[in-house]
Amino acid sequence: MRANCWAGRNEVEVRDVPDPTILNSRDAIVRITSTAICGSDLHLLDGYVPTMQDGDVMGHEFMGEVVEVGTGVDPARLRVGDRVVVPFPIACGACGACAAQLYSCCENSNPNAGIAEKMFGHPVAGLFGYSHLTGGFAGGQAQYARVPFADVGPLKIEAELTDEQVLFLSDILPTGYMGAEMCDIQPSDVVAVWGAGPVGQFAMDSARVLGAASVIAIDKEPYRLRMAEAAGHIPVNFEEVDVRSRLLELSGGRGPDKCVDAVGLEATHGSAHIHAFDRVKQAVRSETDRPHVLRQAILSCRSGGIVSVIGVYGGMVDKFPAGAWMNRSLTLRTGQCHVQRYMTPLLRRIERGELDPTRVITHRLPLEEAPHGYDIFKNKQEDCEKVVLTP
Amino acid sequence: MDLTATTTVRRPVSEVYTFWRRLENLPSFMEHLDEVRTTGENTSTWVASAPFDRKVEWEAVLTEDVANERIGWRSAEEADVPNQGTVSFVLAPDGKSTEVHVHLVYDIGAGKLGKAVAKYFGEEPHQQLDDDLRRLKQVLEAGEVVRSDGAPWGKRARKEFPQRPAQPLAAEERREVLGV
Repeated sequence: MRANCWAGRNEVEVRDVPDPTILNSRDAIVRITSTAICGSDLHLLDGYVPTMQDGDVMGHEFMGEVVEVGTGVDPARLRVGDRVVVPFPIACGACGACAAQLYSCCENSNPNAGIAEKMFGHPVAGLFGYSHLTGGFAGGQAQYARVPFADVGPLKIEAELTDEQVLFLSDILPTGYMGAEMCDIQPSDVVAVWGAGPVGQFAMDSARVLGAASVIAIDKEPYRLRMAEAAGHIPVNFEEVDVRSRLLELSGGRGPDKCVDAVGLEATHGSAHIHAFDRVKQAVRSETDRPHVLRQAILSCRSGGIVSVIGVYGGMVDKFPAGAWMNRSLTLRTGQCHVQRYMTPLLRRIERGELDPTRVITHRLPLEEAPHGYDIFKNKQEDCEKVVLTP
Repeated sequence: MDLTATTTVRRPVSEVYTFWRRLENLPSFMEHLDEVRTTGENTSTWVASAPFDRKVEWEAVLTEDVANERIGWRSAEEADVPNQGTVSFVLAPDGKSTEVHVHLVYDIGAGKLGKAVAKYFGEEPHQQLDDDLRRLKQVLEAGEVVRSDGAPWGKRARKEFPQRPAQPLAAEERREVLGV
């Protein structure tokens, strides 16, 4: 089959690779009908996530048709012919983490748990197409994928919905939603979201659905801010205004009640010297992540507020504003999304028309053009917000 | 060499005890063990892989067996690498999971084989036991040892690093890894 593979830093390549087969009894093989490039794929492309290898199949947002199931998959749960969206964390459904619905922390799905444990203190779940640290599972930017624990994760789509309406249930819609949900939104809340990429846009939409008084979008790309504004959110361009002052204006001097970091470890900064500090430390590997957004969100949030982090971090950060966090009674909440927890309720919201995930799609490309898709998405060319690939 | 490790398995104590007590099950999750055969009421033969594709075989004697609480064993006197172990099963605070506490002692000594065994365990002997218990959890909670494309070897997942790329196995490689 054809598959988009990591080919070294800053390079992906569509190659011929073997077709996937059943390796564990609860596996299914899915023929992929739609797949997408995620902002977090750029962290792999840019070489910020360790343990990538040449030839690793990329991609963790995909859906398709079940073409084969292992002997351990309960037919009542999944059969050949079913149309499914596949959540990006692989979860066994039986361990303590899964029982607590902390699917992205599944204790059994990562064969490389020992490596992850060294890096993170405790292991994390296996993820599709996201380095060997998270298991070394081939991803879904391909014609077919092997889906472990197929009786737990995949969501059957029986409604008359298009691929584009439900594809993002695999990651970015639940991720954005969890970012908003962790904010415990109250009707009086001003919610500020850093990053108007696809996950940020969905965090904004979710904050509104959950009843926020107003939602602010912070970014520097005019086209992304226009997209947020068109959806009813208030744009703030951090290259044009001082973010803290503008946020105070927009929140009656209190500061946003809830702040969402939908950017993560490759943030850029309006202040060149602060950016240079982190960029240099990152280059010499004395810091792995650039936490501008996390710092700014903590400093901006009103006292007693919540900072919710859904942007991906991979390792260590410098200059964490612990004083502001501690002295002003802030709550920091975070996690890789526990997608399985949100898929069905969000499908219902899509069916009811409360959320329209298709609004972020700007590019539709054949799988063969995946490298071009990565290029325009990374470099924010052609007003690229979200690329959907068709195998 | 004295090793301890602990894990929590979300299965009833009786089930985890029974699984371990059937010593034939141990090779399903213990990387270095190839086979355990029960030879008598309290005796068994253990076969392990050693460096350079060699096999080491020894007789073991059950020293303790308290149902749903504790199992103890030690190698018989003539073993090349004298060893002993205990495993205790404790009801976890959630009232339904089982804490598994393992304690292993290897008398490595100064001989050639002892050195080879020490080398086999590597600089982090702990890691192997931790990984063994991780696989015990996988087998009991999820049904089998989990394989990925990058690490398809099942219980020998840590065999090599860097691993094979995270892309599907070709037919020949699949036969080699899975035997089918």
